[in-house]
Amino acid sequence: MTGTPVLEVRQVSRVYKRGGLFSTKAFKAVDSVSLTLPETPQVYSIVGESGSGKTTLARMILRLVEPSDGEIRLLGRPLTGKGPDRISNFEFRRLVQPIFQNPFEAFSAYLPVETYLRRTALNLKIAASQAEAAPVVDAALRSVGLSLERIAGKYIRQFSGGELQRISVARALIPNPKLIVADEPVSMVDASLRMSIVNLFKQIVEEKGVSFIYITHDLSTAYYLSDHVAIMNTGRIVEQGVPGEILDHPTQDYTRELMAAIPTIGARWTELEEIDRRYAVQEQKPAAPAPAEPETTNP
Amino acid sequence: MITVDDVTIGYGNIAGLTAVDAVSLTINDNEILGIAGESGSGKSTLMRAVYGDFSTGLRIRSGSIRGRFTDPRTGAVLESDSRDFPRLWWDQISYVPQGSMSVLNPLMKVEQQVIDGLPARERGNDRRALRARIARFLEGFGLPETVLDAFPHQLSGGMRQRVLVAIAAFVNPRLILADEPTTALDVVVQKKILLMMVEIQRRLRNSLVLVSHDLGVHYQITDRLAVMYRGKIVEVGRTRDIFANPRHDYTKALIAALPRLGGERARAGKEAAL
Repeated sequence: MTGTPVLEVRQVSRVYKRGGLFSTKAFKAVDSVSLTLPETPQVYSIVGESGSGKTTLARMILRLVEPSDGEIRLLGRPLTGKGPDRISNFEFRRLVQPIFQNPFEAFSAYLPVETYLRRTALNLKIAASQAEAAPVVDAALRSVGLSLERIAGKYIRQFSGGELQRISVARALIPNPKLIVADEPVSMVDASLRMSIVNLFKQIVEEKGVSFIYITHDLSTAYYLSDHVAIMNTGRIVEQGVPGEILDHPTQDYTRELMAAIPTIGARWTELEEIDRRYAVQEQKPAAPAPAEPETTNP
Repeated sequence: MITVDDVTIGYGNIAGLTAVDAVSLTINDNEILGIAGESGSGKSTLMRAVYGDFSTGLRIRSGSIRGRFTDPRTGAVLESDSRDFPRLWWDQISYVPQGSMSVLNPLMKVEQQVIDGLPARERGNDRRALRARIARFLEGFGLPETVLDAFPHQLSGGMRQRVLVAIAAFVNPRLILADEPTTALDVVVQKKILLMMVEIQRRLRNSLVLVSHDLGVHYQITDRLAVMYRGKIVEVGRTRDIFANPRHDYTKALIAALPRLGGERARAGKEAAL
């Protein structure tokens, strides 16, 4: 792999103070994390449960939180610190775009949703006027299977969660960014629509050459979608690699625990069988009360 | 236990707004019944009607929902229409809502909130004995007694939701209704809560109705499953049978839409279905 990596995270930590004003107690939300997204566009998943630090890491990459320690580079240039070649906010917004968990909170309820897409185009100087913004917004919406005509004048409550998340993706695509950071983008979306959003990401990677950081607690969509998976636990990346390898040969108990918690179809959790055994649930004879008794009373 | 007979439900007086359309469904004794479907399919509306909560402007336009409760302590049988179900709340019927933060009072410690919800017969006069009983019950599900002294914001989301499930079960109700109890929680916490709910149902031998859009959850814990689509139940049967042999196209699509560990992975743009 030659060329400049899209993103390099080097030994990044984030410490939060705990307790009162004069407390010296600290809590490391992210602890010396390093990762690299190579030049080739791809999906890099960060998987962990609540409190594992994955959202803090995403917020540092999105420059919403300053790292306490370490360095983040975007296309070889520093994102953090005060150096002269630090990427400006304006440049940063054109290169990196976020998609958040709850699309109903990402847009205000009081303005038509298209306003946000037009503003993104204008603020990032992708379009110089409202007249120029319309085709830009329309093109972005078409790449997610919608159009400006279809969403014109509508407010968030007139969309389903899935549609609104699609619009969030379209908004993120407007500046033609290099990287999209998606923090739990499908956990609020109905299960039946999740895969269509996830497939959309894959399509964008292929067609537009955008890299994705996909933050999730759901190993199954991460497995399906990503080129690279990193498992986070208590602020550290405990395991990383190609999804097939990690899931076929997990080296960490934590990864195994995450895998075992997915409500999969095909095999029931062993704990459930154990509960049913303990309370003697008769699987085959649900209607027959106390099926064991007749046999014991038989002479 | 509960018989939903040809029920059509709408909201307010708007004639055209029908959320549940001519639905019939039986909730049996001693079972976990799942209701699957996406947002807007009417599953929450049906659930609210079964709970007998008409405060949101919900109206039963035709049909009836009737309940038959056998008190496990006295053996007395009580028959009632869902309009009268509010008298049975936190006694025969419990409800586990989705947002644990918006239902727990942030200004009150958990202990007080649990006790306030109990019917008089459970409350008794000895507060300390009651607290000990609640603590023992919580401990049975791996919750330490200290949660009783916490304010809701001091507990994690998963912990709060487990407290809600425990409160709902403490009164030994005949029917527990849970509307998306684990949505927006991570998978590890979700599993803990689901296991706890199954254990409660198996122990109390009551009826648990679980509403969820996640078919994987239904596969894991429900005994029977009803699939809702656009206000109608399109398929109902034993969960095992539905997954082995889905009949309705919508059910087939839902099952096919689930990603599987070790299953097929997305390939270069080809399957990028919109």
